[in-house]
Amino acid sequence: MVKSNEQKEIMVIERYIYLAIALFCIGIVGVLARRNAIIIFMCIELMLNAVNLLLVAFSKMHYAAGVAKNAAAGIDGQLFVFFIMVVAAAEVSVGLAIIVMMYRNTHSVDVNFLNRLKH
Amino acid sequence: MDISQVLFYALSAIALGSAIMVVISRNPVHSVLWLIVTFFAISGHYILMNAQFLGIVNLIVYAGAIMVLFLFVIMLMNLNAETEPQKNKWLKLAGVVAGGCLLLVLVAALKQAEVKGKVAMLGTGDIGLIHNLGKALFTDYVIPFEISSVLFLSAMVGTVVIGKK
Repeated sequence: MVKSNEQKEIMVIERYIYLAIALFCIGIVGVLARRNAIIIFMCIELMLNAVNLLLVAFSKMHYAAGVAKNAAAGIDGQLFVFFIMVVAAAEVSVGLAIIVMMYRNTHSVDVNFLNRLKH
Repeated sequence: MDISQVLFYALSAIALGSAIMVVISRNPVHSVLWLIVTFFAISGHYILMNAQFLGIVNLIVYAGAIMVLFLFVIMLMNLNAETEPQKNKWLKLAGVVAGGCLLLVLVAALKQAEVKGKVAMLGTGDIGLIHNLGKALFTDYVIPFEISSVLFLSAMVGTVVIGKK
């Protein structure tokens, strides 16, 4: 995007918070209402991405507040997002392996078939 | 209303609409494709905030690798037909009501929060560039970086062990 030198482009942080809350709640609804294990897993990824978006927005907020004192203010938030992506990649590989194993045992990915653990 | 505001609202609308389509799609393959659209919109938000490294990593890791893994598993299990049984409408309704209540509580809590007047800088600022992120990653965060490599190794071993059973 084009950098404008004469005026700084800013965005009120509340809009990002509302957007992240909305994405997170859509993910919650998906986890609660769907029964396909893969779609539940995708909704968990959606919630992780909502949190990542909010972390980046907050990092830019802290940058706007503290750039006068510290030129690297708010860089921690973006590194946290990087580590969340690392953990999410590891989580997806193990989780999909578990779903494949579950499909091999029950020939379904419906999570309602998983309640046999209780008896 | 300048160009960045227009881009913000357009990307937000794309992200929210495709996220809703992820949840309500019958076919799991369509859900994966809508989730890829959501990730593209979120990457657009990152680039709008000048977090260029995270935007590209989000595209490569999430939309490129993880979603391909999901598609691979779905097609391996031959789930691309509609297989989910539709038994209980009340469970779906309860899920939607619970999610809506969480949305209501979070928005109501945000009304009391002290975020009024705080702004996020778009476009300007170079903390999202790979030069600064790499310098911070390999000086202040070098221990978590190395530990994450151990995490990847253990995840790989775990996946192989689970898959071989």
